[in-house]
Amino acid sequence: MEFNFTEDQILLRETVRDFLTGECSLDHVRALWESESARSPEFWQKFSEIGVPGLLIPEAFGGLGMTEIDFVGVMVEVGRAALAEPVVSTAFVAAPLIRDCEDKALAALWLPKIATGEAIVAVAQPTSPLVGDVHIADLVIARSGDSLYAIPASEVTATAQRSNDPSQKLSTIEFTPSSEWKIASGEAADRLEAMALDRGALACAAQQLGACDQLITMSVEYTSQRKQFGVPIGSFQAVKHQVANLKVALEYARSHVERAAHSVAIDAPTRSVDVSMAKISAGEAALKAAETSLQVHGAIGYTWEQDLHVWMRRAWTLDLAWGETAWHRARLSSALFEDTLPTENFGYVPSLA
Amino acid sequence: MDLTYNPQQDAFRKEARAWLEASVPPEKLPSFDTAEGFEAHREWEKKLHAGGFAMVPWPVEYGGRGSDLLEWLIFEEEYYRAGAPGRVNQNGIFLLGPTIMEVGTPEQKARFLPKMASSEEVWAQGWSEPNAGSDMANVQATAIKDGDHFVLNGQKTWASRGAFAHWLFGMFRSDPDSSRHKGLTFILVPLDSPGITVRPIEKLNNKKAFAEIFFDDVRVPIEHQLGEEGKGWDVAMATAGFERGLMLRSPARFQDTAHKLVALYKKTVASGQPTAPGLRDDVAQCWMDAEAYALNTYQTVSRLLAGGKIGAEASLNKIFWSELDTKMHRTALALLGYRAELLPGSPAAGEIGEWLDGYIFALAGPIYAGTNEIQRNIIAERILGMPRK
Repeated sequence: MEFNFTEDQILLRETVRDFLTGECSLDHVRALWESESARSPEFWQKFSEIGVPGLLIPEAFGGLGMTEIDFVGVMVEVGRAALAEPVVSTAFVAAPLIRDCEDKALAALWLPKIATGEAIVAVAQPTSPLVGDVHIADLVIARSGDSLYAIPASEVTATAQRSNDPSQKLSTIEFTPSSEWKIASGEAADRLEAMALDRGALACAAQQLGACDQLITMSVEYTSQRKQFGVPIGSFQAVKHQVANLKVALEYARSHVERAAHSVAIDAPTRSVDVSMAKISAGEAALKAAETSLQVHGAIGYTWEQDLHVWMRRAWTLDLAWGETAWHRARLSSALFEDTLPTENFGYVPSLA
Repeated sequence: MDLTYNPQQDAFRKEARAWLEASVPPEKLPSFDTAEGFEAHREWEKKLHAGGFAMVPWPVEYGGRGSDLLEWLIFEEEYYRAGAPGRVNQNGIFLLGPTIMEVGTPEQKARFLPKMASSEEVWAQGWSEPNAGSDMANVQATAIKDGDHFVLNGQKTWASRGAFAHWLFGMFRSDPDSSRHKGLTFILVPLDSPGITVRPIEKLNNKKAFAEIFFDDVRVPIEHQLGEEGKGWDVAMATAGFERGLMLRSPARFQDTAHKLVALYKKTVASGQPTAPGLRDDVAQCWMDAEAYALNTYQTVSRLLAGGKIGAEASLNKIFWSELDTKMHRTALALLGYRAELLPGSPAAGEIGEWLDGYIFALAGPIYAGTNEIQRNIIAERILGMPRK
């Protein structure tokens, strides 16, 4: 029993954090908002050079052969930087899905390209018809009937949908299923899709921690400088207690997220429930942080120019991706009250073999 | 990260479970806030001690088992699972004990820890005074040196089980010219010393175990000073860290309550009694939060085992468990419907369990061990670095 990250895992996370501080500045994020694709191929190339898209790809295919436990801290940093490139769909969901499916040729063809940053893969979510990053994708993974397909992006008809978050590029998609693109059917498809959903939700939850932390940091900085009645407004308990509440929510959500990463990595029987608890708690921490940080900033936070809403919008968007809070709450409570999925208290074991 | 138990830990769990199953009294003991219940709980502690389970993480020489904190968590899980009695000496074993272990002299360790582990000596805490509640640095009770003794004067209050306890620990102003956090000394006081008056106060639960304690020229040998003279505040903070951060409220307690809450919800729904739709989510949220608390505690323990310390983040814990405890019991009362006001044993009460008692107890949580308002100040100022003024 050891619920800590290793030094290597902490180092990886810090490396990515430093990288993003330089390469994904607010100016960069804001500039992409104004661009057509909202994506930067140059950034993705550099991101690939430090190995992030290939984290979950086996070394034989040019990746780093790591697990979600290694990756989860990186995703927190992605959220802190408000990075919206297709990290979740391509690196956290598609890469391991392709790795795990029966179609070995698919892995041989696509995994090396994902690892080097040449290929972008969009993945349709089982909980929403909205698909991210189809506009820059080379491959789209989606379900039709009882099968999963990996469709060349050129064969997919995408209808762009406008998101409230300028970092987000969404489409609804249509395609005519063809057997040559089929990668799994029946139970195998269900299994891959369920794992994809849990991976996507976990990756969003981790980003929500980063966004929440960033909103707290901005609130602390602003309220320590802004003076009213002759003192920093952060000295008022009415202000500081609200920010303290965010920190409580953040740290307990973090415990859920880090455990969920472990459950996904080992494919624990409680995986899905653990992921739902992570998504609910991190989502609510981030949503609360969005509202509270706006409140403590006051009117200045309500402007487009102030950067607060970069993370507010990320918090809103991430909450809806890979199962919104209500969806995960429904899954948790049906597991608890209808025994639809295994639940087991951590430590507090009802039975012992 | 490895979230599995090793064979040694599994073996320890089995051993603890077997012992508890064979030893836990079949009938619930009377409340330890009554004279009769206090003694019954001391008897239980004696049995626990004889079985070697009174204080598992303490060294064997002090009446412990020499286990690490992970085994302590396992033991706590088994303890709550078995429905074993509350710990009458919790102020001693969970708060003062670890502090003595850290700052006590070898003589103090040998003198106090074994009798604490066996509950031969039960401890009360003397934190609050009439004018030192949340403003704890405003301690007025004095301890003036006279040869090889301190002479204590003043008043402490809100001492849990102070009406029955044998010893008290607390902070006294040893430098009369000092103010605030300076000039305080942490002193261990036998409650049967001449000059001490203990006046019980009836609590919200209708029991008289809470007490205010008056000191009138009470002479205490200087070897009962814990830590350095004038450094009582630092010693108290270490004690508070254990209290808020780890030992006082182990996660199994809340997981056990969450389990019972889920069972109560299922039973209530099965009975056909109408329940507000929101209660389903409330119950699930409680279960989820109890889980978060357990996960977070395991992370804390992992950090401590790797050489870390408990710092200001103990305040996060204290807010989380105290508010969770209130929420769980409030939710249970909502599920009980009209029966929620009935006392156990009332003819129409049925199997209402101890939710009402638990709720009244839970309401104290956000107040004791430093109010949650103080904890929020600590989080904002010491963890986040927000301005004090």
